[in-house]
Amino acid sequence: MKKQTKNNLITYAIVIAAYIILEILMLTGNLSSHMKGLLVPMTYYAIIAVALNLCVGILGELSIGHCGFMCIGAFTSAFFSRATSESLPAAPRFIIALLIGIASAALFGFLIGIPVLRLKGDYLAIVTLAFGEIIKNVINAFYVGIDAKGLHFSMKSAMELNMDGGDTIVNGAMGITGTPHDANFTIGIVLLLISLFVVQNLVNSRDGRAIMAIRDNYIAAEATGINVTSYKMMAFTISAAIAGAAGVLFSHNITTLTASSQYFGYNASIMILVYVVLGGIGNIRGSVIAACILYLLPELLRGFSTYRMLIYSIVLIVMMIVNWSPKVIEWRKRTFGRIGAGRRKAA
Amino acid sequence: MALLDVNNLCISFGGLRAVDNFNITIEKGELYGLIGPNGAGKTTVFNLLTGVYKPNEGIIRLDGEDITRKSTIEINHAGIARTFQNIRLFKNMSVLDNVKVGLAERYKYSSIEGILHLGKYKKIEKEMDDEAERLLKVFDLDGEIETNASNLPYGKQRKLEIARAMATNPKLLLLDEPAAGMNPNETGELMDTIALVRKEFDMTILLIEHDMKLVSGICEKLTVLNFGRVLCQGETRQVLADPEVITAYLGE
Ligand SMILES: Nc1ncnc2c1ncn2[C@@H]1O[C@H](COP(=O)(O)OP(=O)(O)OP(=O)(O)O)[C@@H](O)[C@H]1O
Ligand SMILES: [Mg+2]
Repeated sequence: MKKQTKNNLITYAIVIAAYIILEILMLTGNLSSHMKGLLVPMTYYAIIAVALNLCVGILGELSIGHCGFMCIGAFTSAFFSRATSESLPAAPRFIIALLIGIASAALFGFLIGIPVLRLKGDYLAIVTLAFGEIIKNVINAFYVGIDAKGLHFSMKSAMELNMDGGDTIVNGAMGITGTPHDANFTIGIVLLLISLFVVQNLVNSRDGRAIMAIRDNYIAAEATGINVTSYKMMAFTISAAIAGAAGVLFSHNITTLTASSQYFGYNASIMILVYVVLGGIGNIRGSVIAACILYLLPELLRGFSTYRMLIYSIVLIVMMIVNWSPKVIEWRKRTFGRIGAGRRKAA
Repeated sequence: MALLDVNNLCISFGGLRAVDNFNITIEKGELYGLIGPNGAGKTTVFNLLTGVYKPNEGIIRLDGEDITRKSTIEINHAGIARTFQNIRLFKNMSVLDNVKVGLAERYKYSSIEGILHLGKYKKIEKEMDDEAERLLKVFDLDGEIETNASNLPYGKQRKLEIARAMATNPKLLLLDEPAAGMNPNETGELMDTIALVRKEFDMTILLIEHDMKLVSGICEKLTVLNFGRVLCQGETRQVLADPEVITAYLGE
């Protein structure tokens, strides 16, 4: 088996093993309700970290507004599920909502990519930063209602919708209330596995190699016949689409969805970037592990309020050393590489 | 019909005429040398031929086809591949993958097949692996297919760059100072490789070089460039005997 294939299988195995362990803990009543509440968020943060790593690590373009795509996915899918919560059964409703969330986020990724990705330089970082903030503010001023006559939109207030009776679905800064809780830990894990499958397979394909070639040297990539702009568009759109899937999980796991800075602002996007950097840029498995640890840790440390941030910072530093220090990387390769390869040194 | 036919090529950067009225005709199968002192405009000629710069004037024809205004990508697809004076490898990718990037235009499957690893994926990937390994063998790199390109020693990086260019199946190969920074041993080995590539693939090669000895050893024809202009052009022996060339370049 190829080294890469084996590596990918290890990633799936780690995710599945973590899932089984957590499920057993849950069934035997060993998981507090606080902990149970963290499981779905853990999966969507892992998913968006994978998405961002595709953009930053594989494509080599910095995005600091990825939570904006998550926001798009969250709102479009929640809108659909909320509007059809009485007319459709849960399973098809969630599947359609998921596709809507993914497609909408992909569309926005594509539209942003058209002007920005043909430029060389760090323009994407600036534009995605602005995008994330704008999308949040626009949604906060957005009112959508539905009645017998169809859909009504307004950017002013719920009154301006001019409905007779009907139902206000998106209520400005109050967001969407009453989205059905269609997401759960199992669905989150399945979506994480699918995201991993897509990204890891992409990396080991013609398109993935072209994308990484552009990252490593776009001048040489062009001279080798690679269409730089279209491959950049492809990678960025897929990345946005996966972030949208994370958003669908997000919105179907809470009762009230608002476009708040806490979840969709640039701070949140930077936090995802921290997961990616500490997990290792371009290292997909690392992103998943870093996202899970770094998301859970501050939550689990709430009990030790005084030392919480201290412990968190120490973990950040340790992770940075483990993933970035050349000496440690070499040591890791020597120790674990040999076990992995199952080879013994000849005397 | 000549494989490459360049007529009256000109480009200025601000006030500097970097390449002025440049002409060259290369027949199929030739090994042609482009020489000249530092800053003569040799690399600029390569950048013009590959569409990195657009000329102010002039026409470039490859196999009869006008490629003057085409993009770098289109020119590669039309049949020109190149290496760079300062090596440009895909340095975080393996040796094998560097070559497979070059093969991508000839070995295709859809993006969906690529993401799902279904359909033609397995078959085409296998063919690419075989072809890449065959190519790497010619460059004596087949023992290092899993190595990261940046971890190769300098001489092998130069070879890998040529292998990657060859993977695009060009009609014309442009080599920009392939022996730069090499010791005499490595240079000798590289010259053997170039000769081998030429024989094995029946390749037409245009080569920039500083080292006069090296050029006179393997090139049949030479063009000498000085301050952006062609100083002398023709059979290697005649060019090297030209008094103007001797004073302008060899005399230094
Ligand atoms: N993009 C550019 N903008 C401005 N000037 C340029 C540019 N590219 C090349 N030049 C100038 O054109 C002239 C020719 O440069 P070029 O790199 O082609 O020389 P060369 O013959 O390859 O030299 P060397 O042997 O040092 O590689 C130089 O004076 C250089 O400064
Ligand atoms: Mg040069």
